[in-house]
Amino acid sequence: MKINVKFFASLREQIGQSDLSISCDNAPTALQVWQQASSQPSMPANILCAINMEYVEPNTLVNDGDEVAFFPPVTGGQQ
Amino acid sequence: MIELRQDNFDPWHELNRYQQNLAPGKYGACCNFVGSMRDFNEGDVVAKMTLEHYPGMTEQFLQKICDEASEKWPLLDCLIIHRVGDIQPNDSIVLTAAWSAHRDASFAACRYLIEELKHRAPFWKKENTSTGDRWVSENTPPGS
Repeated sequence: MKINVKFFASLREQIGQSDLSISCDNAPTALQVWQQASSQPSMPANILCAINMEYVEPNTLVNDGDEVAFFPPVTGGQQ
Repeated sequence: MIELRQDNFDPWHELNRYQQNLAPGKYGACCNFVGSMRDFNEGDVVAKMTLEHYPGMTEQFLQKICDEASEKWPLLDCLIIHRVGDIQPNDSIVLTAAWSAHRDASFAACRYLIEELKHRAPFWKKENTSTGDRWVSENTPPGS
């Protein structure tokens, strides 16, 4: 199965790419997608993830053709 | 309605223009919030800012919070306009507005729109200061 991966903002700069495509044999979780796409074994606790533009938890299963995005906390500003 | 803009906008003109298309006589209250860019942050002068977003998800999320506000309160309509890209000090960044028959719903919905947007909508700020560019990392958690 093929999964499209996106990184945004400071995470994109740290990882060095914004878009990539990865292949998996079995349906992975978002965390496993992170591990494969970023080459980092653990995902920092403050990183947010979305599947097909909906916020999800890292243990959510990803399906063939899904778009999985990872990004730092949003920065709308202080109250 | 939600809209992302690359260029600066006049929030008062936009508010007036949008309100012209609402059913006359059906609303008695409009509450709005306008956010503008400051030229300072964390003790530094900020010369400009770049606002990154997630095309598709950002628009979807803004529409979602408009829909949620309309479910929570009896609104006639609501509006969000938000900048993306390069922003200069004093530019408008965001306009949220909610129209209702009475003021309570309008006040509450406008507050809901801006707080949900700021806490959860996928936008990221990069500031340009005298010491270089930096990503803004602080925010307040949802519900605080």
